[in-house]
Order: sequence, then structure tokens, then C-alpha cells
Amino acid sequence: MNSFLKKLDWFTVLLYAILVFAGWLNIYSASFTGEISSLFNPNEYYGKQLIFIVVSICLIVLVLSIEAKFYERFSGVIYLISLLSLAGLFLFGKNVNGATSWYAIGGMTLQPSEFAKAATALALARFLSDIQTDIHNFKDLLRAFIIIVLPALLIIPQPDPGSALVYACFFFVLYREGLHPLYLLVGVGAVLIFATTLLYGTVWVFLGSALLLGLFYFFLKRKKKKIGIPQLIILLLITTAFSYSVDFIYNNVFEQRHRDRLSLWLRLEDDPVKLEQIRKTIGYNTYQSESAIGSGGLTGKGFLEGTRTKGNFVPEQHTDYIFSTVGEEWGFIGSSVVVLLFALLILRLLFIAERQKSIFSRIYGYSVASIIFFHFAINVGMVIGLLPTVGIPLPFFSYGGSGLLGFTLLLFIFLKLDANRIHEW
Amino acid sequence: MRKFLLSSIIIIIAIVYIGRLSYLQLIDNTNKNPLTDTAIKAVYDYPERGHIYDRNGKLLVANQPSYDVMVIPRDVKPLDTLEFCTLLNITKDKFLEKYNKAYTYSPRLPSVFVPQLSKEEYAILQEKMRKYEGFYIQKRSLRHYMTNVGANVLGYISEVNEWELKKYKYYQSGELIGRQGVEKQYEEVLRGRKGVKFIQKDRFNRVIGSYKDGIFDTLPIPGKDIYLTIDNDLQKYGEQLMVNKRGGIVAIEPKTGQILSLVSAPTYDPDLLVGRKRSKNYTRLYNDSIAKPLYDRGLLAMYPPGSPFKTINALVGLQENVIDESTTFTCYHGYRYGRNSFMGCHCPSGTRNNLNRGIQESCNAYFANTYRRIIEKYPTSAEGMNMWEKHVESFGLGDYLGYDLPTGKSGKIPDADYYNAVYGERRWFATNTLSNAIGQGEVLTTPIQLANLTATIANRGYYFTPHIIKNIENDTIAHKFVEKHETTIDAENFDPVIQGMYDVYNNGTARWLQVPDIKIAGKTGTAENFTKIEGKRVQLTDHSIFVAFAPIEDPKIAIAVFVENGYWGSRWAGKIASLMIEKYIKGEITRTDMEDYILNGSLEDEYAKPLSGESFRINDGKKLIQWPEKTIEKTPLP
Repeated sequence: MNSFLKKLDWFTVLLYAILVFAGWLNIYSASFTGEISSLFNPNEYYGKQLIFIVVSICLIVLVLSIEAKFYERFSGVIYLISLLSLAGLFLFGKNVNGATSWYAIGGMTLQPSEFAKAATALALARFLSDIQTDIHNFKDLLRAFIIIVLPALLIIPQPDPGSALVYACFFFVLYREGLHPLYLLVGVGAVLIFATTLLYGTVWVFLGSALLLGLFYFFLKRKKKKIGIPQLIILLLITTAFSYSVDFIYNNVFEQRHRDRLSLWLRLEDDPVKLEQIRKTIGYNTYQSESAIGSGGLTGKGFLEGTRTKGNFVPEQHTDYIFSTVGEEWGFIGSSVVVLLFALLILRLLFIAERQKSIFSRIYGYSVASIIFFHFAINVGMVIGLLPTVGIPLPFFSYGGSGLLGFTLLLFIFLKLDANRIHEW
Repeated sequence: MRKFLLSSIIIIIAIVYIGRLSYLQLIDNTNKNPLTDTAIKAVYDYPERGHIYDRNGKLLVANQPSYDVMVIPRDVKPLDTLEFCTLLNITKDKFLEKYNKAYTYSPRLPSVFVPQLSKEEYAILQEKMRKYEGFYIQKRSLRHYMTNVGANVLGYISEVNEWELKKYKYYQSGELIGRQGVEKQYEEVLRGRKGVKFIQKDRFNRVIGSYKDGIFDTLPIPGKDIYLTIDNDLQKYGEQLMVNKRGGIVAIEPKTGQILSLVSAPTYDPDLLVGRKRSKNYTRLYNDSIAKPLYDRGLLAMYPPGSPFKTINALVGLQENVIDESTTFTCYHGYRYGRNSFMGCHCPSGTRNNLNRGIQESCNAYFANTYRRIIEKYPTSAEGMNMWEKHVESFGLGDYLGYDLPTGKSGKIPDADYYNAVYGERRWFATNTLSNAIGQGEVLTTPIQLANLTATIANRGYYFTPHIIKNIENDTIAHKFVEKHETTIDAENFDPVIQGMYDVYNNGTARWLQVPDIKIAGKTGTAENFTKIEGKRVQLTDHSIFVAFAPIEDPKIAIAVFVENGYWGSRWAGKIASLMIEKYIKGEITRTDMEDYILNGSLEDEYAKPLSGESFRINDGKKLIQWPEKTIEKTPLP
């Protein structure tokens, strides 16, 4: 056991501990009412979260004491159980705030989608690490895709599109394991064309892509002989056609709330009267959270001193918008440190993943890093007004038992696998 | 390559996010000020506005509480509307209308339900108020006028407008600010300084406690009481005398420069501009573009001073040694100074006037000669003109006097540059500017400047800047009001001029205006004036002007009176000046004949003439003014 503890990556554990503790401090501030009571007060968010932290520590001990082989061997079973638990929500789920995402067990609620991410990561790692799987084979790629998409399909109708969106992060894992870069180009290109079409219109997209493709032809054609002028013209036509269809999709397929979110994100509205309207309605959260963060200045207002935090101006501040409390009370210094801590954690996880001898461990580790990265990037991006509103929590920070336990489980299974890497066959 | 994609994205995202944070938190300043923080509410504690007293300690302006019934719709519980409506003296429909309006504005924020209850209404309501949850009474402070005169001096207060909100950082929307008169001039003294408490709110605007335990909170500083130099009785008398006339009276205590009364007619009761009725009344006064009750004629009416200005030319002549007491000039029923240039005078042709007679009889020829000698004393008329201008301006003419009231006009005294611009350098002579000799032409003054000129003569060569403030509670008045301004004229040169003005009363143009037991020195004035009708310049009946001071041996009051279209100096202005002097010095009137004439007299007929649409006669029928042909065709109504 002693040797095991030595092999555990304590640097990651330390980052985990700092993030969880900092998260709890901010939850305390966001839910502090001015009355001093027990820290474990189960009627307050900070009390509940502290209980969850204690449970997490027990979970860590449990996860670390289970044989590493267990996770690989039983990944399929775990995945199936997880799918069943998601499907079971349709029958036994509890509706909270319009989403049937929880099981009510006693006084507690459990959100299976928070655990499904770890299960999917295990299953995907198991499938891709199989000696018979070849990601360049289209059938195998399709299977991997099904593993990823199944839980997402079960989560979307809850409805919880935010949590479902997270499964897109496995794209990074697939790419790491040999997915053709064309998929990447197409994906990034589609998003770029989508955004530029909304911002500047189809004509500019056409001119821009014509220019880019022209440059590509003159500077790179000698290296890649197989792309000639006809192909480039076809590509240009496809781009323009897609750009045209974006308008149609935006106006006819999207619902108004989606349009609102996108128009808020891309700052499509410049009429001040309508902007004021947006700030009071769909943009309220973003506006309030930007204001709260902005009011923090360089050093912040200090712990428990955030006026907008105290006034509950930012909705969902203890969960999805917890980062605005960091921004208001700890200022630029505090919020930058949190950003850096997350970046450091994810880079550390990638580093650990790359040093695994077992492909299963590497893929799993890569999945863990991708999942945490996705959560972090989307959540913070939303809170600071760079990304559209998507309701997913900030890992380790946001209030929520299932979330904290889910991420702890995800992370420490990987740390267990890593600590075990010497013993591998 | 594949290994580094995610790592690179993470690093880029971290940089972008920190960049965004530095923009929000370090560069963008819209959310930094705690005063504009939506989470913090500043609650103000308004001190009582200072009272205003007259020079004798009579209270002129105090404060009265006013009570607004406020409502917070969300907190309202079912109530006995019948009883409540009876108490407030409103109908149930009105109640519902007001309630719905308040609810539409905001269910959470207080709205005014019934504004400005009287003390009596408040007394009845007060005990029962606790029964009506969601309603409460808010006390406000309004001005309470203990006098009904001096509106132009006192000014009024009203809510700050958007322009003032931008200009003065102190004020918040809905606060009161002094407008016109001393309310404006002494705004900061009277207002004091409001206290502020910062309160932490939640997003529903509910109070959840004090912000940072009140370390930014301040206590209010009460407004100071002020004492004016105005004599309320004299002011009141002046306003009575000016009923049915238009014009201004300015009375100054020569020894101190204190303004004893500042009458502008027509005027209005200051109480009209208080509380609920203010807006309606103000619009009515503002829209009266004919009588212009809001226009302070004592300070703003700029016109040629006419004969009273001759006293200055006499003084300059004496000072420059171009005349002395015994210098005589012959009047040929006027003064000829060019082939086609003749300045008329009422003296019979061949009269020889010395200085004393010149002032007494207001002989134009005498002062035309004097003025020529002044200007022609120097080699060029430009030098003479500038010297003359320097002397005249030392009496406080031609520029703002610097008194402590917010409106004024500079008046005008021409200098060599002015005439150079009009005629060209070295192309004009004393004769071109001869109207200055008799206070016509380019010279313009305001009544308060004339009153100050009279006070300077009474003081024999100096004046104090006229002012309206006598005392500020626990404070001193501005230093400039106790600084002596010396004129360029030596004291002994004043004696013959004062003697001449005294003789105006003894046997000159004001000999019918004598007041028993008071030695008054005065000077009549009559000023031609013009208006525009249908775009054409037409003459109207002359203005009546009079300046005087008394008693001669120890001057206590110097006064200038100006009555629009009052025919000639002694007809209206002279009588009013004499009555004011008697009232101030004796406290009672013995010349009741004169008083009756003024109190019963009216010039409204005169004022109606240029509006009549018909040709009319001016100056007692001496001159017929043809109603001008209409030059602009009326656009037919659609």
C-alpha cells in the first residue's frame, strides 16, 4: 500500500483539493445569508456541499482500493448500468426545474448523467484499446461513435442538452487515436462558416473562402498534387451552399430562444433599446454575471464582500455561475488563478495520459482531460460572456453532489490506473 | 502532432479567458463605482433648507412639511377601501386607477399614491395608517412663504432638470434646486449637504442590510439661514406702487451697497410656485410674453438712461477742468453742431445756464457743450473718448456690477474702439457721439446700475458693490461686498452736482415732488424707445426715469425708478421715488395726494397701444404712429 501511495500522482491530487476547497469557499459566499450556523448545516448549500466533499473522500478511498483491472474488465457492464440508469429516468425520474434528470433517493437526489460520462469514457477506452479495433476502419469508427452518442441521446430528451453536448468532447479522444484530420477540418470549418455567416452574411463568406482557397492553391498545391482547381471550386460551392443554408436553419429550424442565445453571443444586436431589452430578458444572466465579474476589479471585493453575490443578482450563482462569485470577490487575480489551475490540471492529465503504457489507460486519461476541459471551457466561457448560455457545471467548483462525485470518480479512476501502470503486463 | 492539439487548445483558451477577464475587470470601468452598483442603494437624508429673513429679521421664507401617501403594491393586503377612500377623499374608481398605475410602474418599488396632503388631512390619516398595509406616509419639505412680495428676489425651488443633473454631480433625479433669485444664488448655503446611507439590496430590490457596516455613510449638514438686505415693508410698498405699471425700482443704501428693495413689475406671488400648483402656474407666467412677469426689469432692462446720465458728464467735466461751477453756456432752444445737426432742448432760446441751472433744467445744450469740451480736450477724439469712458466706467457702468443675484446685463459704455469700428479710425469727432452727452445714443444702463450711480454720487465718489445678502448664519458674506470702489472723480467735484440735483427738487423739474422735512437730491429722465410692429421699427411713448437719494447731508437711500412708457421723468418715476424715500425714512406717507395718484394710476392703456392693430398717438397725443402695413401675407389655413 505504501508503494502504491508513492506512485499516486500527488500533484493532481493537490490541484483537485485546491479546486474543491476554493469551490466550497465560493459556494459558502454565494449562499451565505449573514447568519452564522454550523458548516455542516444541511439546510444550506454550503453545508450540503461539505457533506458531499466528505462523501467524495470516502469515494476516493473506495476507488483507489479497488483493483485497477476491475475498471477495464467491467467497463462494459458499468456502461450498460449507466445506460439503464439514464433510461430509467423516463420511468422513475424526478422533475426539477423542468428537467427529469434526477432520482430521488431518500432526501437526496442523484443525477445519473454525471456518472455516465465516466462510464462512457471507460467503455470507449475499452473498445478502442481492443487489439481488433481499427479506428481507420469505418465500421469500427461507427461503433465508437455509437458508444459515445447513446448516452447523449438518452440525455437530450430529459431535457438537458448541455450535458449531452459534453459528449462532443470525445471527438478529441478519437482524433488523438487516429481519426482523419478531415473530420476536424470539416467540423471547425462548419462552425466558422456558421458564425461568419450570421455575423457578416453569405457574400463575405463566399469572398473569404474564395480568397483562402486561392491562397491554398498557390502556396500549397506543389506539396499536395491531388487537390486541383476543380476540387477547390467544388469545395467553394459547398461552402457557399452551406452558408446559404445557415440562414435557413437559423430562421426556420432554430427556436426563438436558440436564436436569442446566438444573437446575444455573436453580439448581432446593436440597437441600444433592444440591447437593454435583451439585458433584462434572455441576456439577464450573462449581463449580471459580466457585471459582477467586472465589478471585482484587480483584487476583488474580498471574501463575503461581493455586493452582487450577496444580493443574488446572478441566478444559479452557486451552481453554473459560481465563477462570477470568484470574479467579484477575488478579482482578476483570483479568477486568473482559477483559470490557470484548470489549465494546469488538464495539461497534467494529458501528460499523465501520454506516459501510460496501457492504451486503455491512455484513452481513458485522454477522455478525462477532454471532459474536464469541455466543462471548464464552456462554463467559464459562458460566465464571462464569450460563449452562448449552456447549462453545465464547473468541475469541482459548482454546487451539486452528483457533479462533485461524478468528477471525483472520473478523475480518481484515472489516478488509480496511473498508479498501477508499472504493474501492467 | 496529434498529441498536442488538445494541449494547444487548452493553452489558447486559458490565454483568451484571462484576456477577457482582464478586459472585464481591469479595462472596462462600467461596473467599478459602488455608487452605480445596482446592488447598492443610496438612501439620502435631506437636511432642512435654510430660512430667509429680511434686513430687520422678519421671516420671509420658511419650510412646510408636505405629506405624500406612498404605496408598495406588493405589500398591500385586502383593506376597507370605502373607509380608506373617504379618508383620502377620493372615489373607489380613482383608488383602483391609482393602484393599477402604481402596480404597472413596479409592484416592489414605492409610488406616490396621493401627493401633498395638507397638515389637517395628514392628522386624520396618521392614526389609521397602520391599518393599511403597503401604504405609508412620506414627509417632504416645501417652501412656505411668509410674504407675498419679492418673488423676483427670492426665486423658487423645483426639481433638477436633466441638464443640471449632468452639470452638477451633487444632485440626484427628483431633488430640489434653487432657481432664480437668492434661492439660486445661495443654493449651496441654503441647501446644506444631504447625508447618505448605503444599503445592500438583493435582486428584487429588497433591503438586506447596511453596506460595509456604513463606512461610506455620511451625516447631513443642515442648511444655513440667511438674512437679506431687503426691507420687506419697502419692497411691499414698491410693489404696490408699481401695480398696473411696468418697470423696476432699485433702492440701495449708499454707505454699504445693500439693496433695500428690488422691485420688478409686473410680478407675482412667490407662493404660486410652491408644490402641486407650481408647474401649472409657472407655465402660465412663462407664457405671458407681453407682461413678462418672470423678467426682472430691475436687473435686466437695458435702455438709454437719459438725463440722469448728465450728472456723470458734469462730474467728468469738473474733474477734467473743462468746466467749473460758473461756466455758462447759452441754449438756443437747443444746440446746433453741424449744418443739419441740431439737438433740441426745452429751454427758451437765449437762456444762459450755469452748471446748477443746467442740471436743474436738464438743459441739453449745456451738456452738449460740456461733452464736446471733454472729448476735444485731447488732440484726438479717440484719446478724449477713452478718457471719458474710463471716468464713466469707474461708476460701475458698462459692465456687470458683480452683485449676488443670478441674472444681469452689462449695459454699455462706448469707447474709441467702438467708434473706430463704426466710422473708421480718425474719421469721427465729438459731434458724432454727441448723444452720449444726454444719455442717449450708444449708452445703455440697467436700473440697478443707475441706482448704484446715484449711490456713488451720494457717497461723493465711491460705492460698494450692491448686494442682497446681509448675513449668513455662522458665516461671513463675500469679501467683495465690503470693498470700497473709488471713482476717478475727486470728492469736492461732487458738491456742485449734488447741489444741482437738490435744486432739481427745489425749483427744477421735480419741484412738485418735494417731501416735507427730507432734503432729496434727484434727477429726472425721459428716454425715447422703440419697438417692432410687423417687422417695422416704431416709436412708443417715452420711458419715465428718475434717480434720487436722501437725505443729502447723510444719505440713507439711493433709488432708481424706471417706468416703461411713463411719458416723462417726474410724471411717474419721480413720484414713485419720492414716495419710496419718504416711506423708508419716515415709515409713513404725508404726500397722500401723490400716493393716491400713483396707486390709482394705470398705464395699461399705454401698453395696449402697440398691440391694438390700429394707429395710435404717443407722448400725450403729440405724435401719431401709423400702424405699419402688413408685409407678410398670412398663409391660408389648410
